[in-house]
Amino acid sequence: MSYPSLAVVRTGAANLASVMAALRRAGGEPVLVASPREVESAAALVLPGVGAFDSVMQRLRGAGLVEPLAERIRLGRPTMAICLGLQILAESSEEAPGVRGLGVLTTDVRRFPASVRVPQLGWNRVEVGPDCRLLEGGFAYFANSYRLQTAPRWASATADHGGPFVAGVEKGTVLGCQFHPELSGSWGQRLVHRWLAAAEGGS
Amino acid sequence: MLLPRVIPCLDVADGRVVKGVQFQGLRDAGHPVELAQSYAEQGADEIVILDVGATPEERDNQVETVRAVREVLPLPVTVGGGVRQVGDAESLLEAGADKVAVNTAAVEDPSLLSRLAARFGSQCTVLAVDAAVDGDRWSIVVRSGRDRLDVDAIDWARRAMDLGVGEILLTSWDRDGTRNGYDLELIAAIRQAVTVPIIASGGAARAEHMVAAIRAGADAVLAASIFHEGQYTVRSLKEDLEKLGLEVRR
Repeated sequence: MSYPSLAVVRTGAANLASVMAALRRAGGEPVLVASPREVESAAALVLPGVGAFDSVMQRLRGAGLVEPLAERIRLGRPTMAICLGLQILAESSEEAPGVRGLGVLTTDVRRFPASVRVPQLGWNRVEVGPDCRLLEGGFAYFANSYRLQTAPRWASATADHGGPFVAGVEKGTVLGCQFHPELSGSWGQRLVHRWLAAAEGGS
Repeated sequence: MLLPRVIPCLDVADGRVVKGVQFQGLRDAGHPVELAQSYAEQGADEIVILDVGATPEERDNQVETVRAVREVLPLPVTVGGGVRQVGDAESLLEAGADKVAVNTAAVEDPSLLSRLAARFGSQCTVLAVDAAVDGDRWSIVVRSGRDRLDVDAIDWARRAMDLGVGEILLTSWDRDGTRNGYDLELIAAIRQAVTVPIIASGGAARAEHMVAAIRAGADAVLAASIFHEGQYTVRSLKEDLEKLGLEVRR
């Protein structure tokens, strides 16, 4: 059995076509995966996310993917988590009280305040922290109602929607994006490209 | 802070972009993939693709158009026209749409909106409202303008939000194709009623119209013919918007 070099986790209701197309435009040859072995062995893995926190966690748990995902992130293997994919790295979410996330980020996910437009649908300015290597400043496309407010011990980028929130996190070749890099124009395409290059160098 | 979005709209029939006034007298305006790519390069923030054909075969055409556009476009794509059930939305989302807009079918069965939102999330579920001035209110228009209903557009928008809609694509039936500017009173009235984002549509001809729509409460401005006919590129429009004091993505 051969192992995929670039894999996208089939999480259920996700915009897989956009992610697959962006990876192909960046020169990758992505394949969809759904088994623990593939998630463990993929040289580079994308965890896309559109849907609801509890349904995605339920599906990952049912497929036996929770521990393989958490493990590869703890080991720092090349992984990109997008939108809800980033949120499930946290311990829990206000969207689904009582449901445990992967817990690799020691933080929780909360809904945007009622003082701003929810869902956040559109382009927002991303500002990067001093330790970011993959993330760069620019405008990113967001489509979310929930977000992380802190990401302890990770390099992070922030944006503002009713106060600052975590737009992205990174640690080595593990990258989490609250925005959709696959929909964020040439800025997002360049980020996908940098992550793929880093993944190839680091795997 | 979220920036106002500029959204070129592709009205598609038989796999080609068409243009016309109030869906009458359609003329060919180009290939959807080429136009979408060109608008993306000019700085479009999103693309809306509306199926204005009415035949059953059109459904497959629409999915193919979305698939082809998705392959080249690194921008959000909203697709509408002829979405009647959850399965239609699923086909479009699988083909690469990021949001699906529903119009007539939601009026006939509002539970479609809650089913779409439960299945795909509010951020994927857009209500398209065509509103026409009707005395001292706006009533809704369906079936591409063939039927005017005794339904208040503001009540309908509010109810749709309660059912889980994450965005409203608001078209002024009276202004569509007129180039007299968006219906600002309509935008302001819907803004009062809902907290979700609003895409203003119908009547745009100049940058001033767009600034006025944003100030009236729209989060995004949609236009078709001004781009298809070359009156503006997205880039030149954004330059004008900036001169008028609006911050846009460049």
